[in-house]
Amino acid sequence: MARTLTDEQGVKRYLVNLKVNGDNHTVMVKGNSLLVNVLRDELDLTGTKKGCELGDCGSCTVLLDGKPVNSCLVLAVEAEGREITTIEGVAQNDKLDKLQESFVNNAAIQCGYCTPGMVLSAKALLTRNPHPTETEVREAISGNLCRCTGYVNIVKAVMAAAEQE
Amino acid sequence: MYLPDFEYYQPNSLAEACRLMAKFGPRARILAGGTDLLHKMKHGQLEPEVIVSLNGLERLREITYQKGVGVVIGARATHNDIAGSALLQEKYRSVCEAAHHMANNQIRNVGTLGGNIVNAVPSADLPPILIALGASVKLAGSQGRRVLPLEEFFTGVHSSVIEPDEILTEVIIPDQPSTGSTYIRFGLRRSGALAVVGAAVAVTMEGETCREARIALGAAAPVPMRARQAEAVLKNQVITPDLLEEAGVCAARECSPRSSIRGSEEYRRDLVRVLTRRALQKAIKEGHV
Repeated sequence: MARTLTDEQGVKRYLVNLKVNGDNHTVMVKGNSLLVNVLRDELDLTGTKKGCELGDCGSCTVLLDGKPVNSCLVLAVEAEGREITTIEGVAQNDKLDKLQESFVNNAAIQCGYCTPGMVLSAKALLTRNPHPTETEVREAISGNLCRCTGYVNIVKAVMAAAEQE
Repeated sequence: MYLPDFEYYQPNSLAEACRLMAKFGPRARILAGGTDLLHKMKHGQLEPEVIVSLNGLERLREITYQKGVGVVIGARATHNDIAGSALLQEKYRSVCEAAHHMANNQIRNVGTLGGNIVNAVPSADLPPILIALGASVKLAGSQGRRVLPLEEFFTGVHSSVIEPDEILTEVIIPDQPSTGSTYIRFGLRRSGALAVVGAAVAVTMEGETCREARIALGAAAPVPMRARQAEAVLKNQVITPDLLEEAGVCAARECSPRSSIRGSEEYRRDLVRVLTRRALQKAIKEGHV
């Protein structure tokens, strides 16, 4: 459990240790702070998008201990000690991940708003299952909505990245 | 969209969690996965002053087999924990399948079995298959613990027998006489859609004869319901396609669905007929799928 601090007015805050994209951060949050807002506003990791904010659209997807979750439905205080990967952590050493390359090469990006979440859901799938079927790809990104409806190329990009394995 | 203020507690023991719930009563809410609670709080449908998080109670996430008891699933097990459990895959793949087809991957990584039950939503996917398998739930309260059949847990839409100071801690699937079970749901989309109707069955076959059938329906009444008349049609009968159709017709007659944006009453009744028949066929032929 995160360390608690109570200010003069009796408001409680929590010192939360997060490991984000390999870096350790300690942030001070209120009980009702959502992980998405802490990532965006405190850590300036604005690649994580806010869409519906109700767990339907998947734009705020991050990996929590390697698993995709909607960061709009996670209390920051509950992420104490967890490993978080945001879209900023996918490219290593300023070089795009092959999955990201594949999104570019297959024109899997239109407006781009769903892309961070799509990439993270696909990344988690390929880590767990390096050679998925098309059905498995579609299932893995079924919690990520693309309002440009560019699903065909997104699926193509994930399949192409898997083939390079 | 921000959450209103609340006091946050993360107890280290179940006893402490129960004590907090007893102290704050209806002013407090349990937070497990949060996919439903935080959603409702953002919409202003719930404004708890206190949140008691089960995040510190890792043991409530275990899925184990206890000899003489059965499969015990901790209430904090997520839908993906259930879908991917080797133990459940081996014994009751029907339960894994029900968990796997809910909501979407992000929600399944966070949402819990306990939440799916305690919310008492008629369309919830796990209660029907668990009821068909004769599962019980364990409730821990400040006054002690009690175990009751899941079937007797629900009292209406969003209501159940759980007291404000009680916490659902585990679901127990007893060792089965049944030889097969399955859950089939119909949704308007394959992902992220509530069940329009769900049908779960568990059958005990002896050759071609059905010794017993348990049929539980979701979104077919205000609570997950047993289709007892349909079950009676099958008891000690040699199974024929006509008999399965008759059981389906019977289930459609005895259920009481409502009309909603997802489907009219009439449409749902017809779905109950078809899904009940298909679920029976599958469980009879393929075992616990």
